[in-house]
Amino acid sequence: MKGRRWPAALLAAVCALGALYLAQRLLVPKYQTGVVEGSMVAEYYRETVDHDLVFIGDCEVYENFSPITLWETYGISSYIRGSAQQLTWQSYYLLEDTLRHETPRAVVYNVQALQFSQPQSEAYNRMTIDGMRWGPAKVRCILASMTEGEHFIEYLFPLLRYHDRWGELTGDDVEHLFSKDPVTHAGYYMRVDVKAQTGFPEPRMLADYTLGEKPMDYLGRMADLCREKGVELILIKAPIEYPHWYDEWDRQAAAFAAERGLTYLNLIPLREEIGLDMSTDTYDAGLHLNTGGAEKLAAWFGGWLLERTDLPDRRGEAAYDAAWREKTDYYNAMKERQYAELAQYGELVSFGANAVER
Amino acid sequence: MLFTSYAFVGFLALTLLAYYLVPGRCQWPLLLAASYVFYWAASPWYLLFILVTTASAYGVSLKLAALSGEQRAYLAAHGDLTREEKRAFRAGIKKRKWAWLLGCLALNIGILAVTKYTNFVIRSLNALTGGGLRPVDMIVPMGISFYTFQTVGYVIDVYRDRQPAQRNFFKLALFVSFFPQLVQGPISRYGQLSETLFTPHRFQEKTFSFGLMRVLWGYFKKVVLADRLLPAVTALTGDAAYTGAYVLAAMLFYAFELYCDFTGGIDITIGIGEAMGIRMPENFDLPYFSKNIREYWNRWHITMGTWFTDYIFYPISVCRPMLRLSKWSREHLGQAVGKRVTVYLSSFAVWLATGIWHGAAWNFVAWGLTNWAVIMISQELEPLYERFHRRFALRGKAPYEAFQVVRTVLLMSAIRMFDCYRDVPLTIAMLGSMFTRFDPRIFTDGSLLDLGLDGADLLVLGLGLAVALAVSLFKRKKGSVRQALYEKPAAVFYGTMAALLVCTVVFGAYGAGYDAAQFIYNRF
Repeated sequence: MKGRRWPAALLAAVCALGALYLAQRLLVPKYQTGVVEGSMVAEYYRETVDHDLVFIGDCEVYENFSPITLWETYGISSYIRGSAQQLTWQSYYLLEDTLRHETPRAVVYNVQALQFSQPQSEAYNRMTIDGMRWGPAKVRCILASMTEGEHFIEYLFPLLRYHDRWGELTGDDVEHLFSKDPVTHAGYYMRVDVKAQTGFPEPRMLADYTLGEKPMDYLGRMADLCREKGVELILIKAPIEYPHWYDEWDRQAAAFAAERGLTYLNLIPLREEIGLDMSTDTYDAGLHLNTGGAEKLAAWFGGWLLERTDLPDRRGEAAYDAAWREKTDYYNAMKERQYAELAQYGELVSFGANAVER
Repeated sequence: MLFTSYAFVGFLALTLLAYYLVPGRCQWPLLLAASYVFYWAASPWYLLFILVTTASAYGVSLKLAALSGEQRAYLAAHGDLTREEKRAFRAGIKKRKWAWLLGCLALNIGILAVTKYTNFVIRSLNALTGGGLRPVDMIVPMGISFYTFQTVGYVIDVYRDRQPAQRNFFKLALFVSFFPQLVQGPISRYGQLSETLFTPHRFQEKTFSFGLMRVLWGYFKKVVLADRLLPAVTALTGDAAYTGAYVLAAMLFYAFELYCDFTGGIDITIGIGEAMGIRMPENFDLPYFSKNIREYWNRWHITMGTWFTDYIFYPISVCRPMLRLSKWSREHLGQAVGKRVTVYLSSFAVWLATGIWHGAAWNFVAWGLTNWAVIMISQELEPLYERFHRRFALRGKAPYEAFQVVRTVLLMSAIRMFDCYRDVPLTIAMLGSMFTRFDPRIFTDGSLLDLGLDGADLLVLGLGLAVALAVSLFKRKKGSVRQALYEKPAAVFYGTMAALLVCTVVFGAYGAGYDAAQFIYNRF
């Protein structure tokens, strides 16, 4: 190449890369309004204090436990690392990722996802994985999670996946080109509205009730990793009846816990003791708790935890107080906004999956 | 490994990098290795087929060359032979060469026929006899039509002493399997391709960047235009309820889809070659600017057309039975009919073969023969056209030329519907519906937005096709667009490449939510 043509070629290459970078920033979903689950995993990296308790799992943790209540009631510094339909192996890699950043005293894993042996949906994969920081855990998580038709390179360069969103861009995409607002409260997804549980379809018979080899293997890896790091692993089943949690699955989860010397707690039979009223404590007819329900469950669960573990009360420690004060203020402010919307419109209009993006 | 797959883009980048890093003498062996990796990635079984083709072509071409050498040596050593003796010796050699050639053709065309056409024969027999023969689960090696034709062309050229036989098996293997052109052509002649395929090439900025720009332009046409049109074409031709004006929409959409798909693929192929300093024959010459169907076929899939002309049309035209038939026709049916017999029958054979080559189905046979019929009718109507032009003096006038171009595009697009509907009676019925149920309102009332294309898609398509048209017009009037850009400041040339890359990545129809659309000509 003639010397004078090199700079132009180089400049064009830099411009092309810059344009592709900007296009990627613009076109990747922001998950700021409506379906916000895609923002949850990444929010963890903004945390300024460590956590003594970390919840790992799917919507049965991020919609059912209020870390703010755990803080306010017991001074427990906790965080929920959960995302929509988070599969067991994804939870394992999120745990691995979490333990690279901090070492909590206890990890609570919700066993609901053990029923899934195969990757379920590309969209849910992306919402869980895209927010993870790059590292060996993310690479292995992608490789374990990809559905047919997914490509690793599309995780590496998300523009290749989301390039066709130019037809559906909203104000959110421009406003949050380089920064995002928090959508959770230490990983908790807030909904204050109420839609009473009325009933669920009868559970259907399954040909085979054995929990899959792959999720059980990753559950075993979780137990091994926690033991290795000196973290207590507690298995729970959230107090949600649907999708149905079969007795056969419950027995297998309990047997696994017994074999590994872990605690397993199925919260479904304890709803009365917890004080849950599914006519008022759920926002979607019993699939998930609303904030009232999540606060009740957190209050009960915190007490239960403290009887079995030595989780410290961090209240009075300046760094923790400052961080949690900020979270609590944000939590209360959002609660107020949601109640205000309910009062004004009879439903939430800026929150939830049906919220309209600008 | 489709050209549009991430794997291929990575494979290509690595191959290009390695190509210019290895010493010049190692470049062609590297390409051979890359080509076999490319083919192996499609299926390890395919390698067996291409190896058989290569080995048979290699062995037979050497034998043919040896026989030619034997003839030359004998005749040189026996200068005292009479003309009859020489002719007798030549005839003996020719007979032996013919036997070797026939064996090679039988093997290779046989493999092609068995792998590609067995189920066609079974289905046709079942339809004719009502029998219940089961279709066979047959491997159809990727690109077999292309590499078989290319290889057979080489052997015939050696047979005709137009081409010396390649004595290096591995070089011949590269000619047969050169990965950019393996799956959809162009169908190269050995003499053309070998000039640059085996010679060492040093990195040259102009050659490399020209090639890369053509590759990018090919990807733009394929993923931004052709694959974005695909859902509409699939919707329109997959439901017989889309009659009347929808058939016209399908014709036009498919015309643009096929053009962008095939020329895009060929641009990628030739561009890869250019980036390596390897010249391949052009396959298109602005076919949608043709004023009649004959001209169109001289500008569309040029290498296939010339292959059929050289290896089917001429041999049939001058074979003994044809010459005898021509003579008989002139004597018994008159000069006018007699002189047409050879052309008609040879053309018929070419178009029948062209149709069958495109696909193992009757719709392709109908497509080929319809082309033949239209060309023959046009030829017969030539005197009428001449009279018309003498009277009205429209020839050379821009509006009339535009009319001719539009007419040719519409005619070719209509014939191509045999390819879309894949059913001869249905195709005829759907084309007929354009004259009985044509409702032009579908072009303005938003009906086209129900075909899998939204307003944004149509906008991208409109802009993209406008760019493609502008490029074609520039090429028609002023020549190479790349050369014109290259003569501008370097920032313009490389800025255009950067814009092409960004537009292709952002506006391409690929990835999740899109079916991985292979190139249409990969199927042939």
